[in-house]
Amino acid sequence: MPDRTDGRFDRVDALRGLPAGELAEARRTVRVLILTGLGLNCEAETEHAFRTAGASPDLVHLLDLLDGRAERKLSDFAVLAFVGGFAFGDHLGAGFVFANKIRWRLYDDLVGFIERGGLALGVCNGFQTMVRLGMLPGFDGDYRTPLATLAPNDRAGYRDAWVRLRFDPASPCVWTRGLEFMELPSRHGEGKFLAAGNDVLDRLRDGHQIAVRYVDAEGRATMRWPENPNGSPDAVAGICDPSGRLFGMMPHPDAYLYPFQHPHWFRRGCQTPVPDTLSGEGLRIFRNGVDAAAADS
Amino acid sequence: MVTRIEIGTRRGLADARGEHVAARIRSFLGIDVRAVRTRDVYRVAAALRPGESERILAELVDPVLHAGAIGKLDDGPFDVAVTVAYRPGVTDPVGKSALVAVRDTLGRALEPDAAVYTSVMYVFDGVDRERAERVAVDLLANPVIQTVAVEAYGAWRASAPDLSVPSVATHDRPAVRTVDLSGSDEALIEISRTGLLALTLAEMRAVRDHFRADGEAPERRALGLGGDPTDVELECVAQTWSEHCKHKIFNATITYHEGDGRPQRIESLFKTYIRGATEEIDAATRAAGRSSWLVSVFHDNAGVVAFDDAVHLVYKVETHNSPSALDPYGGAITGIVGVNRDPFGTGRGAALLSNVWGYCFASPFYRGELPRGLLHPRRVRDGVHQGVIDGGNQSGVPYGRGFELFDDRYLGKPLVFCGTVGALPVTIAGTPGERKRARPGDLVVMTGGRIGADGIHGATFSSAALDESAPVQAVQIGDPITQKRMFDFLLEARDLGLYSAITDNGAGGLSSSVGEMARQSGGARLDLSLAPLKYAGLAPWEILLSEAQERMTLAVPPERIDEFLALARRREVEATVLGAFTDTGRLHVTWGDETVAYVSMEFLHEGDPDLDLTARWVAPAFEEPAGARPRELGEVLLAMTARLNLCSGERKARHYDHEVKGLSVVKPFVGAFADVPAEGTVFLARHGSLRGYVLSEGINPFLSDLDTYAMAAAAVDEAVRRQLCAGASLERLAVLDNFCWPDPVRSERTPDGEYKLAQLVRACRGLYDACRAYGAPMVSGKDSMKNDSFMGGVKISVPPTLLVSAIGQIDDVRRAVTLDFKGDGDVVYLLGTTRDETGGSEYYRWLGERDGRPRRTGEPAPYVGTRVPTVDAAWTLPLYRAFEHAVRHGFVRSASTPAKGGLALALARSAMAGRLGAEIDLDASSDLAALGADAALFSESNGRIVASVAPESVEAFERLMAGLACVRVGVVRDDGRLVLRRSGDAVADVGVEDLVRAYKETLEHA
Repeated sequence: MPDRTDGRFDRVDALRGLPAGELAEARRTVRVLILTGLGLNCEAETEHAFRTAGASPDLVHLLDLLDGRAERKLSDFAVLAFVGGFAFGDHLGAGFVFANKIRWRLYDDLVGFIERGGLALGVCNGFQTMVRLGMLPGFDGDYRTPLATLAPNDRAGYRDAWVRLRFDPASPCVWTRGLEFMELPSRHGEGKFLAAGNDVLDRLRDGHQIAVRYVDAEGRATMRWPENPNGSPDAVAGICDPSGRLFGMMPHPDAYLYPFQHPHWFRRGCQTPVPDTLSGEGLRIFRNGVDAAAADS
Repeated sequence: MVTRIEIGTRRGLADARGEHVAARIRSFLGIDVRAVRTRDVYRVAAALRPGESERILAELVDPVLHAGAIGKLDDGPFDVAVTVAYRPGVTDPVGKSALVAVRDTLGRALEPDAAVYTSVMYVFDGVDRERAERVAVDLLANPVIQTVAVEAYGAWRASAPDLSVPSVATHDRPAVRTVDLSGSDEALIEISRTGLLALTLAEMRAVRDHFRADGEAPERRALGLGGDPTDVELECVAQTWSEHCKHKIFNATITYHEGDGRPQRIESLFKTYIRGATEEIDAATRAAGRSSWLVSVFHDNAGVVAFDDAVHLVYKVETHNSPSALDPYGGAITGIVGVNRDPFGTGRGAALLSNVWGYCFASPFYRGELPRGLLHPRRVRDGVHQGVIDGGNQSGVPYGRGFELFDDRYLGKPLVFCGTVGALPVTIAGTPGERKRARPGDLVVMTGGRIGADGIHGATFSSAALDESAPVQAVQIGDPITQKRMFDFLLEARDLGLYSAITDNGAGGLSSSVGEMARQSGGARLDLSLAPLKYAGLAPWEILLSEAQERMTLAVPPERIDEFLALARRREVEATVLGAFTDTGRLHVTWGDETVAYVSMEFLHEGDPDLDLTARWVAPAFEEPAGARPRELGEVLLAMTARLNLCSGERKARHYDHEVKGLSVVKPFVGAFADVPAEGTVFLARHGSLRGYVLSEGINPFLSDLDTYAMAAAAVDEAVRRQLCAGASLERLAVLDNFCWPDPVRSERTPDGEYKLAQLVRACRGLYDACRAYGAPMVSGKDSMKNDSFMGGVKISVPPTLLVSAIGQIDDVRRAVTLDFKGDGDVVYLLGTTRDETGGSEYYRWLGERDGRPRRTGEPAPYVGTRVPTVDAAWTLPLYRAFEHAVRHGFVRSASTPAKGGLALALARSAMAGRLGAEIDLDASSDLAALGADAALFSESNGRIVASVAPESVEAFERLMAGLACVRVGVVRDDGRLVLRRSGDAVADVGVEDLVRAYKETLEHA
């Protein structure tokens, strides 16, 4: 398997081998910018996720960032999080008006952030925003040209149900590294990943940028509803850029922060004694991102 | 200047919205449409410079997904196009967002009245013009709020693009009138009726007398006012005194007659039974040496109970019935975003945690005659769901509970219950979070949306029956994004301590919010000329009463006002100073310098004459079913599982987000395939703590046909049992009461008013007794007392309906329990006593249909039966306490609540949820054995729980339950069959997968 990560995965492994105190300190230095406001609504759980992963998250209203009123600038952060929600109600299309604000008023800064090696995670509305902006798929260092979209689900309407996901082990994505399967809630009305052409989808596949797919009970990528909740071709649930640092996905890792949030948790035998682990699977994605940022710093 | 932009999905790509519409046209209207495609139309009313419209088009079009054009998008022939647009003045949230996008794209300010108007164009293949018109009227558009244009392809192609916009025609502001009240009684009644004031003659006289006396006051004369009220004053009084705001019936003095006994006088149902029960429970808590956990009840916008050291829980449930009857989508979305403002306006502001919803509709498969002016119940259902789906999802609030209940007596008025739980910080900016007080000198600030003619007379309109005179402007459409942005801003302002009191603008608008807050300070002065309007030309009284949505009113100390307004600007949220709170004892309203109202606060809030009403209880007479009872109960069980009131509602419910905020634990649907509704849902209240809250409810209007006392007690018992089944404690279990009644005041239109009032009295007594017995105080509630429809000359009244919503607490959410059977060999127990209490049961209604009994409009479905389920709390409470212990010790693997559908449905739900079978012995207890097999299975006796226990816990469980009504009735099996035995023989042997199929089929395509 070609190493597309400039040895980044090795550096993460080295970081994770550090003594606990040093590791915690390295993670704490990772500043995460969580954009809020204008109809976004997953900021609290995203903040808790990054904090639990050891990082230092800041919630910043987009208007403050645009107007230069925020305490810190974009360049002060190592990670940028686009959270889920309904920015401007998703009127005119998911993530659309929000992305538009960024495109006209922040985009040079944002591309600078990416070019300096910043990490970004987009979940649901955040993923839609990243794709709309052209941050993803980000071929050839072009983070400005939209090459895909998140179209309305084949079965019209918003839907909230858990789905099964499989990660591509060969993906350069730093956020999904080491993950194989995960179940997460899918909560959207516009999640069908449509590329501008088959060549775009082929290139994404060949470059292992399709970091995560919807799969059936046997673990096979599926086009069947409801396992594939939106009819995404190639069962695309999320993609990364070629560097693996920018990643967006439709399902919500931020809604699986505790083990008892899984719909089957209360089926898993008599809960005596009460299991004492307090980490939900979704946290692994946040941990990966934070550690990758910490290893790079 | 208007620029029209049309955007559609590119040919060759799926148009999911169009396909959805096509499927509904085929299945609901039976029209075989070939294809439907849709387009979004934006009419940009702004002075654009050359080249700008092309830039806007380029920005609005998604290059992967869309094709778009300026003017008309002609991407090939079609048969007919139907364009649905809003009427003038109707809220257009998409247009608002589009305007933001246009401004951002152009990077410049536009003229102040620039606007974007949106519409949707449906392009049909395979239907003619006439059919397309039917589709437009019966499916796509609601004439109350929308206009329709239908054009065949040729005509569409030949015509110029439609550049008209539904802007509100502005005119001069109407002058303030003085209303002459010197006429006869008939004249007074006429003024009330034509003005939609909903004031009675006694009230009109009180108003006349008050102003006549007040006209002598020198300060009133100095302001240029006389002995008659201005229209502003009269409207203000009428809405403050409306049933909606004042709860006159619940505060009336009632003489209650029952049989030959002495009539009893009840001074206020509310004080006697509702607040009475709560105060007694609270006093008992204190007497037991424990501290009160009721932080704030009955006097704020929602009830507040103690939860942990960081936050209190706030809970409120409302109804939005009348608006939802006229415009299901708009009425319902306004219902949910409206009730969101109640917790937000409680104390100094609670953050929202979760929503609940519940609807009572006529059957979506209704085939009877539809009185003119009523929408088909399927449309009502679709619209109401979509409204609350959009309102909740876009606000970022997950839902915790949802139910649907069907009876054709809801044809005239659907009931739309919407509720919200909030978290109020124990301490805000250094003082208790529940404390709020507008002080004299504090400024009156309105924030959020602007004022329009929407929702004028909503409070008085909802206090009357629904008939053809219902005002069009009573319909509002909520805009969740405007509200969400306002809430985000206000939470920041709250934590900075920038205001001293907050309340919402709901029914009655500013008149109500300022009027209420001014009670704390002792008066207020308000200049309506400062109020931000959506369009010019509103009369002062309209501005005062408008129920335009997404607005909160605050009291801001003068020294914090600059900071407050600066933060508002920074968040791009409108906030305006409209006046100041005073201690003059008057609500003084001006237009600039001109006084338009000068009302005594005391008269406004205390001047309403008390009602004196008579209630007469006569026990109704119904009969037992006549036909033979079925012998093969397996088929009956399948048929019952498929009943509209027992089947799965998952298909609609999945469209509601239940997980945003990341705090949801036990979700609304649980089990192996997460497809059976939970008995109670469990949430964390904040990240980083394992303490949770539990939501459940009880409702059974069918029992009202026999006795509302039993109905109310059963609703409490059901809600409490669901709490226990989810793992909640009986400690700190609070309930909310929501009454939706047919008019209980005797009149020409309501000759049986005394009986309906007696039903209300008995329901209150049932609540009172059951809540005290379980130590569950009522912490908030609401009543809606005019749920009658006279549309098309047909009177249809809802059955007396009481929703009991419970909120409980659980120390550690990991101890929660779900209803699904967990494993082969687990032992199944039945707690409680089963009696032949089949009156009002779903089983009897099934028998009635089986026997082909006719049903008359407005009457209960046959058969009602005679033996109504009762609650014996002295018997069940020790059982509940022991069960709570068993859950806390982890002995209970599943728990379900036999309610509608009885024991059979409780077993079926546990089996379906776990996809496991069970073998059940219907002779296991003497009470079961004494009943016919059908009654044993389908009787709806209260006080029962079905629980399963792992073999290793059986001994400990049975020790805890020793001496109580708890019987081992069977065992869980992994053979996929639910087998119910009587004397060793199977009276029912049904495959679990067959049950699941029956359960899901009924509403799958509705």
